[in-house]
Amino acid sequence: MRTLTFAEAIEDAIAQAMSEDPNIIILGEDVRMLRVNLFSRFGEKRVINTPISESAFLGAGVTAAMAGLRPIVEIMLIDFIGVAIDALLNHAAKTEFFSGNKWKVPMVVRAACGGGYGDGGQHEQALWGWLAHIPGINIVVPSNPSDAGGLMLTAIEHDSPVIFLEHKLLADYWRDYLGSGGRDNLDYNVPPAGEKGEVPDKWLSIPLGSASMIREGTDITIASIGVGVHRALEAAQHLESKDISAEVIDLRSVAPLDTTTVLNSISKTGHLLVVDEDYKHYGLTGELAAIALENLLRLKFGRVSIDQTIPYSHSEEMKIIPGTKQIVASSLKLLKD
Amino acid sequence: MYRSRLFEEQVVQIWNDGLITGEMHTGIGEEAINAGIVTQLVDGDALALDHRGTSPSIIRGVDPKELLLEFMGHCKGLCSGMGGHMHIFSKSHLIASSGIVGASGPAAVGFAIAAQHLRPEKIAVAFFGEGAVNQGMLMESLNFSSVLKLPVLFVCKDSGMAITTQSSQVTAGKLVERAMSFDMPAKELDGTDVEIVWEAANEAIADARSGKGPSFILANCKRTQGHFLGDPLLRIVNEPVKELARITGPLFKSAVSFSGASLKERVRSLKNIASLLGKTAKHRFSGEQDPLLILRKKISEQEEIISIEEEVNKEMKGMVEEVLRMYENNNQG
Ligand SMILES: Cc1ncc(C[n+]2csc(CCOP(=O)(O)OP(=O)(O)O)c2C)c(N)n1
Repeated sequence: MRTLTFAEAIEDAIAQAMSEDPNIIILGEDVRMLRVNLFSRFGEKRVINTPISESAFLGAGVTAAMAGLRPIVEIMLIDFIGVAIDALLNHAAKTEFFSGNKWKVPMVVRAACGGGYGDGGQHEQALWGWLAHIPGINIVVPSNPSDAGGLMLTAIEHDSPVIFLEHKLLADYWRDYLGSGGRDNLDYNVPPAGEKGEVPDKWLSIPLGSASMIREGTDITIASIGVGVHRALEAAQHLESKDISAEVIDLRSVAPLDTTTVLNSISKTGHLLVVDEDYKHYGLTGELAAIALENLLRLKFGRVSIDQTIPYSHSEEMKIIPGTKQIVASSLKLLKD
Repeated sequence: MYRSRLFEEQVVQIWNDGLITGEMHTGIGEEAINAGIVTQLVDGDALALDHRGTSPSIIRGVDPKELLLEFMGHCKGLCSGMGGHMHIFSKSHLIASSGIVGASGPAAVGFAIAAQHLRPEKIAVAFFGEGAVNQGMLMESLNFSSVLKLPVLFVCKDSGMAITTQSSQVTAGKLVERAMSFDMPAKELDGTDVEIVWEAANEAIADARSGKGPSFILANCKRTQGHFLGDPLLRIVNEPVKELARITGPLFKSAVSFSGASLKERVRSLKNIASLLGKTAKHRFSGEQDPLLILRKKISEQEEIISIEEEVNKEMKGMVEEVLRMYENNNQG
């Protein structure tokens, strides 16, 4: 075991994979500097700086993957996928099906996501639910260094497209680039266990679609992903002081979704609260409710998520991004009603 | 120009004090381009801006107080604290901004179509950086506006850098030729000289107003603040000892790791990084080509200029004091 930051863990896992497989390349804007360590080790043929042409280089990533490479395509922030969505929606996600399952697209899309540092509605979205809506796309969202490295390896090794979302609050360099910019007079309420932690000496992939049960409880199931997991854990501790025993599940992957773990937990607690930094409607929260109903579970359901554009104002955004207080309040309401 | 500079200098101060929480892109160094063009706009003309829209907005006449309050996330800000500096919207000025690189192209085209229908002889101006010219939607906009002969002025502010990427390394061909291939007049000029910009824009704007279609201006400039405040490249250059210490350890460890590229390729990568830093230090952010100093040298009525500057200075200081009071009251209430 060793201790790495969230960002170091991702890079370390990529370095391990790149040293073992010469077909892995990185494509993206500013990657020579953003991934300066990988650039210095693997050279300019494998760490390729692109123009600001997402539709071209993400589209190119799809066929490069089909033709034998394993590209990691970086879309700086997931919000910017808008200009290149066609490559995912109509190509990466469709090739396997159109080819009668004969041709796969082993591509990773790596992007930063999430808010909480005052960057506004075009730079802080989560969007995993929106992307998971498309059949044929896998999406992972790690909440800590150990999962970040493991899931990156999973994403690279997987034979179909995987979107790897890296929450900016957990990645120190993103927080510095887009938030503090070298200032030390700001506090973004960063969850320590997400930012830094123990990781294995050699990375092993984590099976896709496996949630992790991070706190056992009997009264209510709180399922979340990314930074929300840490807020949920904190909320669970508060609830404990009110004699409420909350079970917390880190979903880790939006697609595929580990329904078994969630359903088992609901069978025990009868209450499900989903904490989701993504938009409320037509997303992960509703999906989990539907799955529970489809499986004939009797449950009480609640959700803490975002149902508006994220405000630029930091104090305003903190009112709507799921936080510990809202989770505690929603849990109490769910248990009382 | 001076108003824009002074305003942004106040923004820098407030950002340093932590009262603006996230990133901040200033237009310090670009004022001659913004002023040379925006001062020629009239009511009914539209502005499509990118993430660096503060300076053109100030020059267009947006209230500095409302803008500063916006940047501080205050409910009395221009957009009630909801948009922030990358999303400056002023309906009365027909200003729309976007933090999505390249988006000012289609935005200007739409404004121009509306102008053709609703506001005869009015035009739309798109501002963007040289990094944005490789974004499909911007190229599509050049073509689209040209075939419809729309009243658009495309203004590319060429600082040579897009975040940490030297644009010359990711952009093929000459931009002026690229624009001309869409059958529109295009000109490259010194964007640090407001007179030169004004003259070129004057012609292009007249063409647009009279129905001759779009034009393209490529204006060179230097930005002393880098990409955004706290620019990591600039920090390395300014404080090499402190900043490099953080970076070199992992960098060398990685560069000498077993398995990877050939030694030759690794050396090339390291040289590339060193060259980027060297260029950053030497050219990119030097203050030599400050458009304000250049303008000042040209003007003979020095006394008049000093008194104008003092007046603006006073106005800005008063404005900032008021804003800070409002901010504090808000926090207490
Ligand atoms: C579609 C999209 N891709 C990437 C980014 C991230 N980004 C923000 S500014 C920028 C560089 C823009 O360079 P340029 O257009 O030259 O403008 P400058 O910042 O130099 O004024 C990039 C890559 C973005 N905002 N939108």
